[in-house]
Amino acid sequence: MFSDHLVSKGSTLTNVPVGSSARVVAVNGNSRISRRLMEMGVVPGVSVEMVKTAPFGDPIEIRVRGYSLAMRKNEADSIDVSF
Amino acid sequence: MKQNGHKSQLTIALAGNPNAGKTTLFNSLTGLKQKVANYPGVTVERKQGAWKLENGKANLIDLPGLYSLDATSMDEQIARDVITGEQAGVPKPDAIIAVVDATNLERNLYLVTQIFEFGIPVVIALTMIDAFEKQKHEIDLDKLSELLKTPVVAINAKTGRGKTQLLKSVGEVLDKPPTVPFEMNGNAEDGQNAKIFARYNFISEVVQEAVKHNDRKEHRVSEKIDRVLTHKVFGLVILVAVLLLVFQTIFSWASLPMDLLDKGFGALGDLVRTEMPPGILVDLLVDGVIAGVGGVLVFLPQILLLFLFISILEDTGYLARAAFLLDKLMSRVGLHGKAFLPLMSSFACAIPGIMATRTIESRRDRFATIMIAPLMSCSARLPVYTLMIAAFFAGRKVFGFISLGAVLMLAMYALGIIVAVIVAFVLKRTILKAPPPPFVMELPPYRLPNIRTVVQNMFTRGWLFVKRAGTVILAISIILWVLTYFPRTAVQTTEAPAANGEVSVETRQPDISPESEQLRNSFAGKLGHVIEPVIRPLGFDWKIGVALIASFAAREVLVSTLSIIYNVGKDQDAQSETLISAIREAKSDDGAVTWTPLTAVTLMVFFVLAMQCMSTMAIVRRETNSWAWTFFMIGYMTGLAWIAAFITFQGGRLLGFA
Repeated sequence: MFSDHLVSKGSTLTNVPVGSSARVVAVNGNSRISRRLMEMGVVPGVSVEMVKTAPFGDPIEIRVRGYSLAMRKNEADSIDVSF
Repeated sequence: MKQNGHKSQLTIALAGNPNAGKTTLFNSLTGLKQKVANYPGVTVERKQGAWKLENGKANLIDLPGLYSLDATSMDEQIARDVITGEQAGVPKPDAIIAVVDATNLERNLYLVTQIFEFGIPVVIALTMIDAFEKQKHEIDLDKLSELLKTPVVAINAKTGRGKTQLLKSVGEVLDKPPTVPFEMNGNAEDGQNAKIFARYNFISEVVQEAVKHNDRKEHRVSEKIDRVLTHKVFGLVILVAVLLLVFQTIFSWASLPMDLLDKGFGALGDLVRTEMPPGILVDLLVDGVIAGVGGVLVFLPQILLLFLFISILEDTGYLARAAFLLDKLMSRVGLHGKAFLPLMSSFACAIPGIMATRTIESRRDRFATIMIAPLMSCSARLPVYTLMIAAFFAGRKVFGFISLGAVLMLAMYALGIIVAVIVAFVLKRTILKAPPPPFVMELPPYRLPNIRTVVQNMFTRGWLFVKRAGTVILAISIILWVLTYFPRTAVQTTEAPAANGEVSVETRQPDISPESEQLRNSFAGKLGHVIEPVIRPLGFDWKIGVALIASFAAREVLVSTLSIIYNVGKDQDAQSETLISAIREAKSDDGAVTWTPLTAVTLMVFFVLAMQCMSTMAIVRRETNSWAWTFFMIGYMTGLAWIAAFITFQGGRLLGFA
């Protein structure tokens, strides 16, 4: 129930350019990662904005549900998005 | 019905997300009447206080700040146990005050939707409402309350807004178990994630109906600040500048109170000595208790200041940014970005550093950080470095203009860092191996710190340290005192002559002070002889061995112990000319010069790596809740110290530095 036919293949949160927004389609990854992300409000259907990447390229900062959330690219890769 | 509103002692739990203003509300409700301890067996802080209700008093329990009750972390497990009444020593709460940050409503309400499921009456305390309204957003409290089927009270701890209303609402909800305001439509197959999805769907509907957002883009002051503070270049420059400022301030502000404390304990010792009849008791009090505990308490100003700055950095939201900036670097050695601050603090003192690791959620990451924190050269090592440099390298230059002392000092700091990186790397690939925990961290909006929370936090932590000084450190001080005090030189004739006879003969030199003589013949002196074969390959004789044993308590004790051994009086400091020349001229039992520049460097290397600080050991025991980890730390550090010192000394000799 968390996938969506709109998903363009291979689009994860990591691919969202800085300053752009996308809609979360599915949250994958092992249960620890997906559960933590979803608890923090990153659930299918929610809109997320890529804010920036840290100086050394990782982690990234996104804006979701009106607050700022940082995660490593490893985690961002488990979030499928559609633009 | 077990619960009723007329019970004299109600138990009310305070739950909420980190940064939701929970601690501020707790402080404002309980005032100074709070007790801070740990839940048994874990390092989750247990905060309780009395809250005056209309009819009686409530025991207010401040739960750890959390995002969820799924019991994936220690904090969540404890909070869950408290709410379900399974936590020993804490009665099941009669009501829960859920603290919700109005500026971050959706994610904050997530925890509330979980709390509903436990069937305990809930009142929602809405914080940051003034900030929210200032941004011209509108929130319909009645609507929110109606949709959540729970009283919602807007509060402001600073102005006192909502405090009376909160009291009333809590009184009203008692005895009325809540109705879960939405239906779980997930099935067993979808499991946890479906439940989370359902909760957020409900929340989205609630927020849509109850909140009118002015313009979502507008409330982004934090983002503007972040453009500078987490900038790819400026961000790092500012971080370094902030840390330099913090450390500079700690060292300059702490030096005066530290001097005063030092003098104060000295004066106290003198007073006790003049007021009491001479004898064992007064010696124990002055040289064991006052000198031992005083020597550790002298660091209290530094520790308090460090906690002050950590609290401020944490409360403003900057700490999370520092972790964000440096996570990539830290993750290369397998550590969390949050490990950065504890390690940085450890340059001043490992104790606050180790206590600051509590912010690291993953146990393995936290333990790895604790294990390497004492490798950072703390301020107690400075007197040792200073003495060695003053004695053997003063005025010497490299390349004609750089002071050799400064280079050596820098090298010692670098050695500690390099070894720490290697140890962390190895630990995270062996005994603390684990798949990297998800790094998902909120970057809270920048806020002015609440002075009261910051100060209270500083004193709570400081008090924990003082309590340690009063127990474990007191005990170890007395043991070390016994080792240096017995057997008494005056009653030396009762000793077994065969084994120890040579000791008393060789130490009978003409102009020797009774103090020095006593130390030589004490158990510590004998232990020095016992460990001599082990430290001989490092170029240390038994006298240095005695100093090493004594500095097991605290590193800076080396200086005063060497003063006693070399018979120049007790109150020498690291810059003292008499002590320095005594060290330069010291002879070993075989008549050779004890100290060469190489010995000095070897000793410094040993002090960089060895675990010689009973306060740190006590804190590690407390924070890991494990003697095994404590002894592992002592063992690996001292082992590494020996190996590194061996390489330094023998390598140096091979290279021709004698």
